[in-house]
Amino acid sequence: MNDLYSVSSSPHVRAGVTTQKIMGAVALALLPASVCGVVFFGMHALIVLLVSVASAVLSEYVFERITKRPVTVYDLSAVVTGLLIGLNMPPEVPLFVPILGSVFGIIVVKQLFGGIGQNFMNPALGARCFLLISFSSQMTDFGAKGGMMGAASRAALDAVSSATPLATLKTGAAYPLGDLFLGNIPGTIGETSALALLIGAAFLLALKVIDLRIPLSYIGTFFVLVLITSLIRGYNDPFYFTLCEIFAGGLMLGAWFMATDYATCPMTGKGQLIYGICLGVLTYLFRMVSKSPEGVSYAIVFMNCLTPMIEQFTRPLAFGIKREKEAKNG
Amino acid sequence: MKLQKDKPIERLWNGIYVENPVFCLILGMCPTLATTTSAVNAIGMGLSTTAILTMSNLMISLLKKVIPNRMRIPSYIVIIASFVTIVEFLMEGFTPGVYAALGIYIPLIVVNCIIMGRAEAYAGKKGPVESVFDGLGMGLGFTLALLLIGSVREMIGAGTWFGMKVAPGVYEPVNIFILAPGAFLVMAFFVAIMNKLKIGAARRTGWDPTENSCTDCANCAKLGMCSGKAAKETVEEAKV
Repeated sequence: MNDLYSVSSSPHVRAGVTTQKIMGAVALALLPASVCGVVFFGMHALIVLLVSVASAVLSEYVFERITKRPVTVYDLSAVVTGLLIGLNMPPEVPLFVPILGSVFGIIVVKQLFGGIGQNFMNPALGARCFLLISFSSQMTDFGAKGGMMGAASRAALDAVSSATPLATLKTGAAYPLGDLFLGNIPGTIGETSALALLIGAAFLLALKVIDLRIPLSYIGTFFVLVLITSLIRGYNDPFYFTLCEIFAGGLMLGAWFMATDYATCPMTGKGQLIYGICLGVLTYLFRMVSKSPEGVSYAIVFMNCLTPMIEQFTRPLAFGIKREKEAKNG
Repeated sequence: MKLQKDKPIERLWNGIYVENPVFCLILGMCPTLATTTSAVNAIGMGLSTTAILTMSNLMISLLKKVIPNRMRIPSYIVIIASFVTIVEFLMEGFTPGVYAALGIYIPLIVVNCIIMGRAEAYAGKKGPVESVFDGLGMGLGFTLALLLIGSVREMIGAGTWFGMKVAPGVYEPVNIFILAPGAFLVMAFFVAIMNKLKIGAARRTGWDPTENSCTDCANCAKLGMCSGKAAKETVEEAKV
């Protein structure tokens, strides 16, 4: 993207924003969550993260060399994709799973559709759905052997990791909110610590890499729907339960880091609001109405596919042009 | 690679490669995507369709003078449905395993668009011998395509081929390939390979992959993409 020809006349005011800088910022923002994952789940989590990043970068490089396209490894987008795939893995996953996921995400979801900016679906989430369907047992085994979680489960002798918070919440029971917020819970490597994810999100917001529209409309819609449902269903403490739902599972990671992916979310402000609200409704349907405990990744992938349609409906008009209906009436 | 038009060999080659119903015409997607979960199912579906296609092409070609033009579609469906019923009973009797695995997709061969398409585009206009070979070629092309997709899906998705274990013990089957998304993925890769082959051949030899097959420009799906050879011919004929 750096060799675009500039066609305007000088002098140019340059923002200095490059793909590399944006992707670097996202990767930095994901660091707190990665560190938390390693602290909670141990060294194997670190290996999973490194392997998925390395295989994502490598598959991008190899594919672009073979097809004789310009090599875009240095724009760091493959690093972010690989990191997100790693953060979506359970801590003790066999290493072939993230490798296969990175290869699928980079080559099939991203490169075959034209490379960076052309992918119709978030590559990391496409890979996650691919793996979730293919290796459902490996992908939903959240037992941890190392780190704080591993120590806890060894101390308790029985499996602390028997049920993820989402599975507990599915039954209508609440979960300790403090653990959910800090991340001391079973889950995938990167999704558990809401605090670390929020720190990263605040960093991205401060740099204006992302804005609040999509995450807030997403989480807000989900919050309202879950609150109403838990009131109707008569759960013990509806407000507490709703907060648990928000900090559990992949909602934080998905809403701040994956739903906001530039290539796959609508460009217009109105479109982004519609996108966020639809995401909230879908996630609510998956989590609270359907049988599955988690639905963030499927919701985002689904809305990725609808993004072109939303953009078409919310396309702003050029000044002086009337909408067809008004034009007919006038 | 220039074959004489409407001769048996040309018809077979046309069905298998030039106008492969699955990879080039993108016809018959429903059985292609749904029944290729294993190589056995794929070959069962392909061969039963081939038998029905060949017989119905023969019958329609023989009856083309008797069938009134306005009633041709219902007549075709009656003919095809009769053969489907025969094949269905035969499969139920002799290959109950495949019959059970294919289920509803056998009766659905009645509305298979390859069979309807060949009846409408070829058998209803040409002689019985060419029509039989056209049906055979198209059917074999369909079978081959299904077998390819089914083999890849079964090998990756289950680690077996025709039920035999082909993958080493440590291989972890990638489940998605025997589910619906896998069908689309594998199909897309084969279409891409086919296009690559054809474009390559066209570049090397100057051979136009469509030139042997054009019969009717008005109903041709590729009308916008080709130079319209058949259209020119018909125009010239009309002038004469």
